[in-house]
Amino acid sequence: MIALAARDLAVGYDGRPVVEGIGLGLAPGDTLAVVGTNGSGKSTFVRTAAGLLPPVRGGVTALGGPPGAAPARVAYLAQSHPAGFVLPLRARDVVAMGRFASLGLLRRAGADDRRRVADAMARMGIAHLADAPLGGLSGGQRQRVHIARILAWGADLLILDEPTSGLDVAGRELLLTALAEERRRGAAVVLCTHDISDALVADLVLLLAGRVVACGPPAEVLTRESLLETFGLVISGLPGEEGLVMDPSHRHDHEAVPPGA
Amino acid sequence: MGVLVDPFLANDFMLRALVAGCLVAVACAIVGTFVVLRGLAFIGDALAHGVLPGIAGAVLLGLPGIGGAVVGAIAMIAGVNLVRRRSRLSGDTAIGLLFVGMLALGVVIVSRSDSFTGDLTRILFGEVLGIGWDDVWVQVGAVAAVAATAAVCARPFLLLAVDPEQARAAGFSAGLYDWLMLAMVALTVIVSFQTVGTLLVFGMLIAPPATAALVARRVGAMMAGAAVLGAASVACGLLLSYHYDLAAGASIVLVEVAVFFLVLAVQGLRRQTARPATA
Repeated sequence: MIALAARDLAVGYDGRPVVEGIGLGLAPGDTLAVVGTNGSGKSTFVRTAAGLLPPVRGGVTALGGPPGAAPARVAYLAQSHPAGFVLPLRARDVVAMGRFASLGLLRRAGADDRRRVADAMARMGIAHLADAPLGGLSGGQRQRVHIARILAWGADLLILDEPTSGLDVAGRELLLTALAEERRRGAAVVLCTHDISDALVADLVLLLAGRVVACGPPAEVLTRESLLETFGLVISGLPGEEGLVMDPSHRHDHEAVPPGA
Repeated sequence: MGVLVDPFLANDFMLRALVAGCLVAVACAIVGTFVVLRGLAFIGDALAHGVLPGIAGAVLLGLPGIGGAVVGAIAMIAGVNLVRRRSRLSGDTAIGLLFVGMLALGVVIVSRSDSFTGDLTRILFGEVLGIGWDDVWVQVGAVAAVAATAAVCARPFLLLAVDPEQARAAGFSAGLYDWLMLAMVALTVIVSFQTVGTLLVFGMLIAPPATAALVARRVGAMMAGAAVLGAASVACGLLLSYHYDLAAGASIVLVEVAVFFLVLAVQGLRRQTARPATA
């Protein structure tokens, strides 16, 4: 079975496409890196894959069914974590929310759920913060808490929108190690990023710039030309190449998208 | 001790007021915690005022006020949803429009009554000292319904408070549980208006949970703290009203709001004295 499949998919808001013509198939245990600038349509695509936005056109399936049909098997980490004022929650309580999709309304959390929560916190290096109030944590620590919540989910498809934002070097390493573990047990990972080094180690790369620039294995897709098209500049990053290349003719036509895209 | 206990033992109306007030405090603690966490204070306020024309109409026609309150609350929620969906205006504007509209309609309806000020005061500020035991039983039912809903829907309600998108990602319909939360607010307002009135019930809904939120580290603790604070404020407010001949409902809410600012001030002082030590 394919973890995530899209065929001639158009994603957007209120029937207006932000990106059209997405076609890909992600196998279990593989990673898809969705790469692009702010406003390129990355979040719009992954929110559609998570079942939070209806597709504008075309077909998309997650774990063989329509997106959103199996919440216990698809974990989703949003790009930002709004909380108007800081809620009276401990880090442990937030991570435990990762179990809600499996538990549903009424099933009591058992020893297995508590073990998964403790395990996820240990993997993100925040076991010692379990009883700390969320309001007392730094931005990076909070991001680790939210990533631990996704790890506790036990999902077969992990969709993470820019999970490395706000993380320090150690946090980033813990995240990459944890995602490698998730893949080894057969979970597929979808990762939004604007970091080329994340894309280089993925199995599949989708380059977006308000349209599909390229889609395929990193060795084929991550060329100087396609990166120029995606970002308008190349800041080293590619193996065997160095230096900054800018494309002065690059126009950010794709920046005019609705907020939140 | 006699000053604190005797008024309730010697007067049946004081005992009924205490029981009714405590029931309102418990319902408001449960619902108000989610209202504060979810940031629904404004719509809670609007609902509290939106029921006014319903109650006023019912009173004028000689029907039970609760029935009118139900109609008013439904009209209010439907109206807010309609304006939100049909216009590009924000929810706040929609709620604000409905809020003043319903308030004005309520006052216009009441002004048709012969005892205009008396009726209006009773609806806005309640008649906690005129509560009957049958009213108390209605409130017991409402508290049970609110507590059961909160227990069953605790997970989606918590996720909604953090981020509605998280609720959807976890497989809970954000629309359904938002609606249920509003229904809980409406139910609490409807059964509480006889005790503290439509204007003051909002204070009981917000003040104790807000106070508890200042110190609580867990949602359960916030809810329990709000219930204890609310019940204590009811007893305190009733005693103040009894001994000093003050308006009962307003005294209760005044105590609650005063406690909030007291806790806020104590916290500020403690933070200031703690700072030089840690620096």
